[in-house]
Amino acid sequence: MHADPRGVLTGTHFIDGDHAACEGALAAGCRFVAGYPITPSTEVVERFASRIPMVGGVFIQMEDEIASSIAIQGAAWAGKKVMTVTSGPGLSLMMEHVGLAAITETPCVFVDVQRGGPSTGLPTLPGQADMMQVKWGSHGDYEVIALCPNSPQECFDLMITAFNLAETYRVPVFFMMDEVVGHMTERVVIPPAEQIEVVERRWTAKKPGEYRPYETDDSLVPEMVKAGDGYRIHITGLTHDERGYPAMNAKAQDALVRRIRDKIRNNADKLVDVRMDGVEGAEVIVVSYGITSRVAGAAVAEARRRGVKVGHLRLVIVWPFPSRVIARLAGSVKAFVVPELNMGQMVLEVERAACGKAPAISVPHAGGTVHEPEVILERILEAAR
Amino acid sequence: MSAIEPLGFRLGVDIDNPVMPYLRQDRIPHIWCPGCGIGTTVNCFARALTESGLDLNQVAIVSGIGCTGRVAGYLNLDSFHTTHGRAIPFATGLKLANPKLKVVVYSGDGDLFAIGGNHFVHAARRNMDIMVVCVNNFTYGMTGGQVAPTTPLGPTQTTMPYGNFENPFNLPFLADACGAVYVARWTVYHVKQLTRAMKEGLNKKGFVFIEALSPCPTLYSRRNRLGDGVDQVKYYREKSITKNDADTKDVGLGFQSDIIVGKFVDRERPTWLDAMNDHFGKVLGDRYQPWGVSDGQD
Repeated sequence: MHADPRGVLTGTHFIDGDHAACEGALAAGCRFVAGYPITPSTEVVERFASRIPMVGGVFIQMEDEIASSIAIQGAAWAGKKVMTVTSGPGLSLMMEHVGLAAITETPCVFVDVQRGGPSTGLPTLPGQADMMQVKWGSHGDYEVIALCPNSPQECFDLMITAFNLAETYRVPVFFMMDEVVGHMTERVVIPPAEQIEVVERRWTAKKPGEYRPYETDDSLVPEMVKAGDGYRIHITGLTHDERGYPAMNAKAQDALVRRIRDKIRNNADKLVDVRMDGVEGAEVIVVSYGITSRVAGAAVAEARRRGVKVGHLRLVIVWPFPSRVIARLAGSVKAFVVPELNMGQMVLEVERAACGKAPAISVPHAGGTVHEPEVILERILEAAR
Repeated sequence: MSAIEPLGFRLGVDIDNPVMPYLRQDRIPHIWCPGCGIGTTVNCFARALTESGLDLNQVAIVSGIGCTGRVAGYLNLDSFHTTHGRAIPFATGLKLANPKLKVVVYSGDGDLFAIGGNHFVHAARRNMDIMVVCVNNFTYGMTGGQVAPTTPLGPTQTTMPYGNFENPFNLPFLADACGAVYVARWTVYHVKQLTRAMKEGLNKKGFVFIEALSPCPTLYSRRNRLGDGVDQVKYYREKSITKNDADTKDVGLGFQSDIIVGKFVDRERPTWLDAMNDHFGKVLGDRYQPWGVSDGQD
């Protein structure tokens, strides 16, 4: 279906990534945001707070990130599309409710405008060191989806994708920005509402009495209802059966945990979004994401100018990791070069997927600024030798 | 596992228990110990629901974690069993996203006032339109009887093995100070009064706080040689003093001390949502899209 025009600010804008992300959420149909101030993400909720009274919806600044990350889930069960926004220290507090969203299958979007860590770290400077935290940070086994925009335009466009995926799969979806993408100002084109496709929640057609909250078909994604519709649902963070009732035994645990894993893993091929530039026939492939992809682009261009056959693969959907794409390319390259604003996180996934067929060379950076393109270039040239 | 049959079935007669329609009968038997008072409060709550006249399809109940946290799972309402201490912020999102719902938070003293204390404070400050029922048994029952933020000075808990030396909260005083519009305390001896308070709370707009004192015979009473559940209810009967409108700073509890019960606060303040709608209406005029005021938005 098309976007609700009330939330769509059609036109050409000159705005930063944080503001564009907010517009993306409004266009996607987000009508409830709970947040807590934290640099460098606050502009997202500031814009939402100023826009939502005229769109129709609610913003509330909660007492902390723990509260924000569960208030949105209450709102989701009241039928709204929801989001919370934070950065590293707040993300750490939200981990409790990433798990709750995973086990209760509550569609919601977590925006993480990454800064340098650990702990308070570098509040105003970039990092990309939360990549593994969003995959593994809450206890237990579960799957998430994470997207990584590299421009304000993508902050708008991919935010709509993020909401659509949250509804399609009923998982927490992470929107992994960084301080530079959040604060860089560029042209952002917002199309008319009728050109924006949004995914509606998987509402059930079943009647109260017939409906079981966690019964699924082959998609493994259960249909949803909302509070107040007469279904008298029970939703719990305990391991539960199809009725939603607590079922604390190994059999129920196996059925539930397998399903919330498989509903994503079975669709891993559909969830591939990589942008490839000159990877066929390349001797070296740079794998990057977010702001680092823009720096890496400069290094790739220079390497090509010097005669190296180098490809560039940009991860747009980071989780689930596109293992098969990497595995296929691993057979034909000398090496992967993986620059990232952390001490080597996604490079471990590249290495795992390459399965020894090609080395994955990390180009780590502790954060605080972006790479110098020369550092990446040097690794490309070394790898090509 | 042996199924427990309804009493009427065993007696061979048809007993029409008025509370049964409010319970998820396929989830009975419940997990609570013999002599525990949580079930009594649930009974009061079910009766209060009946008397409230509310459409039960528009009532949602939210619990945290712990013995009282299990209440949501037994009530035949839209029910949410959330994370430890976080029932109030979940309820906040639920209420704000669908203001037509009557949202009740039902949880224990450890859940609401230790790990969840900050959420309680702020929801009361905002006058969020929810009713919070706290079953206070002075202990962490589910985990085996540890000290709680409500444990009076003196009694032994597993993590206060030589007696509690930590000062407890006076819950009605806290709720009052934070801005709750309705504050009452009763015990599970006072079933009629508790039912009436819950009914009033369900029909009150704004942040409602009801404290229900309840025995934990398995842990708190046994460890402190206070007898069984009945002995505790006898204590409630003998030591309770009803003082409606009492100053909440005077209603703190000591170990087996007198218990001041009653309705302490009943006042009016604009709710968070009413304040938002009023304020935006004033400053934004026609540009403002009112939220949750029967314009078809749900």
